[in-house]
Amino acid sequence: MGNILATADATAALPEIFLAVATMGLLMYGVFSKRNPTEFVNTCALIVLALTAALVVVMSDSGATHRAFLDSFVVDGFARFMKMLVLFGSAAAIIMSSSFMKTEKLDQFEYPVLIMLATIGMMMMISANDLIALYMGLELQSLSLYVVAAFNRDSARSSEAGLKYFVLGALSSGMLLYGASLIYGFSGSVQFSEIARAASGEGVGLGLLFGLVFLISGMAFKVSAVPFHMWTPDVYEGSPTPVTAFFASAPKVAAMAVFVRVMHDAFGGAVVQWQQVIVFISIASMILGAFAAIGQTNIKRLLAYSSIGHMGYALVGLASGTQAGVRGVVIYMAIYMIMTLGAFACVIHMRRRGTAVERISDLSGLARNDMVMALVFGMLMFSLAGIPPMAGFFGKYFVFLAAMDAKMYTLAVIGVLSSVVAAFYYLRVVKIMFFDEPADAFDKSPMEIRVIAIAAGVMAIGMVLVLKQLNIAANAAAASLFL
Amino acid sequence: MTGWYILSTITFLPLVGALFILVIRGDDDVARRNMRATALSVTVITFVLSLLAWNGFDTSKPGFQLEDQVTWLGGLMTYHMGVDGISMPFVLLTTAMMPLCIIASWGVDKRVKEYMIAFLVLETLMIGVFCALDLVLFYLFFEAGLIPMFLIIGIWGGARRVYASFKFFLFTLLGSVLMLLAIMAMYSYTGTTDIAEILSNKSFPAEMQTWLWLAFFASFAVKIPMWPVHTWLPDAHVEAPTAGSVVLAAILLKMGGYGLLRFSLPMFPLASEMFAPMVFVLSVVAIVYTSLVALMQEDMKKLIAYSSVAHMGFVTMGIFSLNKQGIDGAIFQMISHGFISGALFLSVGVVYDRIHTREIAAYGGLVNRMPAYAAIFLLFTMANVGLPGTSGFVGEFLTLAGAFKANTWVAFFATTGVILSAGYALWLYRRVVFGVLQKDNLKAISDITPREALTLVPLVLATLYFGVYPAPILNAFSASVDNLIVGMQTALDAQTAVVKAAAVAIGN
Repeated sequence: MGNILATADATAALPEIFLAVATMGLLMYGVFSKRNPTEFVNTCALIVLALTAALVVVMSDSGATHRAFLDSFVVDGFARFMKMLVLFGSAAAIIMSSSFMKTEKLDQFEYPVLIMLATIGMMMMISANDLIALYMGLELQSLSLYVVAAFNRDSARSSEAGLKYFVLGALSSGMLLYGASLIYGFSGSVQFSEIARAASGEGVGLGLLFGLVFLISGMAFKVSAVPFHMWTPDVYEGSPTPVTAFFASAPKVAAMAVFVRVMHDAFGGAVVQWQQVIVFISIASMILGAFAAIGQTNIKRLLAYSSIGHMGYALVGLASGTQAGVRGVVIYMAIYMIMTLGAFACVIHMRRRGTAVERISDLSGLARNDMVMALVFGMLMFSLAGIPPMAGFFGKYFVFLAAMDAKMYTLAVIGVLSSVVAAFYYLRVVKIMFFDEPADAFDKSPMEIRVIAIAAGVMAIGMVLVLKQLNIAANAAAASLFL
Repeated sequence: MTGWYILSTITFLPLVGALFILVIRGDDDVARRNMRATALSVTVITFVLSLLAWNGFDTSKPGFQLEDQVTWLGGLMTYHMGVDGISMPFVLLTTAMMPLCIIASWGVDKRVKEYMIAFLVLETLMIGVFCALDLVLFYLFFEAGLIPMFLIIGIWGGARRVYASFKFFLFTLLGSVLMLLAIMAMYSYTGTTDIAEILSNKSFPAEMQTWLWLAFFASFAVKIPMWPVHTWLPDAHVEAPTAGSVVLAAILLKMGGYGLLRFSLPMFPLASEMFAPMVFVLSVVAIVYTSLVALMQEDMKKLIAYSSVAHMGFVTMGIFSLNKQGIDGAIFQMISHGFISGALFLSVGVVYDRIHTREIAAYGGLVNRMPAYAAIFLLFTMANVGLPGTSGFVGEFLTLAGAFKANTWVAFFATTGVILSAGYALWLYRRVVFGVLQKDNLKAISDITPREALTLVPLVLATLYFGVYPAPILNAFSASVDNLIVGMQTALDAQTAVVKAAAVAIGN
């Protein structure tokens, strides 16, 4: 026991440990508190997340790589970047939900606690350096998410979303575990570095590949890439909107991070073997995301298909199998997360006479009633469509640049063409807001929702100014995977 | 390098003006007047500044001038602005047309704030396209222009505005994304996105040129527009508000032709020569076919839109004749078409504001009530036909001369387009202006107001002046065009030498 603690450099995991302890503390406080503790727990949760982020920064040690727990936990530039994104996304989700949950009579202190637990899981996933740690983080995150999906337990739709997510999620976990056990059997280790040794050069055996395909299936489920996307529209539609905003942001970033890390750290020597699989998933996601969203009438379902498409674009970067590709993924996920949070803040804004409305046609003529929100939502739509000079364009630019560099011309051409198809439904939202006759005005939404939406809108247009810094940070993050 | 960033100032001044309008509060008459006045003064100041830039521009130098360069994004792209003889006239055309558009929109009273902001943002993006000397920067300006134009057509357009705006946006986007991939391929091949650097130091292998040429052509052909991807233009023109049509015809269409001259010809000379016959065919089809289509139109704006497609056919034909006359003529034709088509759309706007229909059949005998309008409209109809003495003649004549040198048959068929254009333009004029004034709602129609005259008279003067004395425009780009042709010829000769050497090697 003493030996393990001595060899395990536990300080590397200090942010996670701090977050876990604080979460349990808040849980205890909530359970034993006499009055309704929700607001207090909400505030504390935000402070804790901010402190965790500060710890991640303080302990960055100028970008050095730390390994802990017998090399099953790694903290490098890539992990730090992705953790910052995740913490940011979780904090935004808590801010966005506080007043929504109150008006929907869902304001229970378990919600921020569950989000924090999910955040610990995500941070574990991002830092996982062996299959066991990966699975542990993934399950901690998933179990918390199943519960928050069904958080509105009196609503049939929300319960259905939670149940559907749970059943399909359990299936995908099963596939992932099956893949992991095959990989262990054929490589003799769960450590990524050991697997990498077994999976490089000529000797990539069929069994190892078989396991890898199952592993990819499990992770594709988590990022909701085609053909493992079926749960996404239903869960997005059924969950309370701030929960949907959370699902679409931080967990996607974490899942994509673990996807990238497994493919490059454990199977970096077998790029040629897995490339075709990722190319297929990527193309299928882009095309399905583009075409299936066209017929949607519910804004949350539309954004669900949109997020499937966006995962396809991010996977273009992974498919190129290079460091430039990883940089593309990192930039893409950062930009995607901000745009998605902003877009869902706009959806939360859609309340009329005290009830939330979700049809796209409810946005009719928003530009006349509330120019600022219409402008923000419009810019976010153009950004998600990838029209310059909005932020979304630069995300696409970097992933496709990586694909062109890797001479994957077919993938790039299919990708940009599907982005034209996708532009159609984003434009439709803009059209409804700007061209159509106004419907009744929305209720006045709480300040924080407007602030988040406007901040995202400003970032959509202002990203062009800070792109240099983002590029430098993403470059450093990507480089740390290729040491 | 000039001490002060004049091109950047010209480019971003309208954007600053848009921000000013954004902070004007209220929607009463005073606020609206302030918005219009702000927009007008900003566009006028921009025009004056662009004249200053023109003053500091040396037409005898073929290279880029007035450059602003800031490294950006750590070498991934640079903020590089500059003009040469080919782009300078387009900058002036843009800045000159915008005040006229603002004056022509004085009567717009639906969502004035957004309207003026959209136009000013559009001006920034259009000037940016002509000044950008970095591929990615060019693409940013080129694509971003879709957003304000989409809103202009969609919000202030006619009955089928939604259809037209979507068609405009998606057609153009479809072409452009392929160009984006080509830009990326060029970056990964050369390691730079700087246009000046690529033009002077880099060249691409022949097979790669073919693909890159096709990708760029996909974008520019839609923008110009060339047959058969021209179908968005009539819809967009018909539905757009008057000023929107003017900007579309006078400036946005020119981006395609400018792009061919800036990228396709100098960067992919081998592919340009290889594809020239294809472009000739498409151009001739555009000239003859769209002229015939124009004959049958019942909507005034649609007729002029089809005539625009035909005139842009002369431009592409001139460019790909790959000789001095052809390219000179193409550039001149683009500038002159900017004046003429802009003025024609303004003229349609004049009667549309009074009667609220663009149906040709709803008019007739306007000359009885509107003599001044009839005279101005006649001048632009004649200029559209290419009557000697107007600027329309110079461009058409030079492009035809260039085409004649390259391929006699192309010139022969294209010339029939001149006859057809006389047919549809004069027939339009007869049906609208001449005849007996019978319609009741036309009996009280009034002649053009001083405000409308203010938009049209500068264009009358420009059309006549450059028709009689085209030298100022021709001299502006002469050195740059010479440089372009020499560069292309060198590349083609080098290729021929390689082929010959290979043949000799095989022979031995």
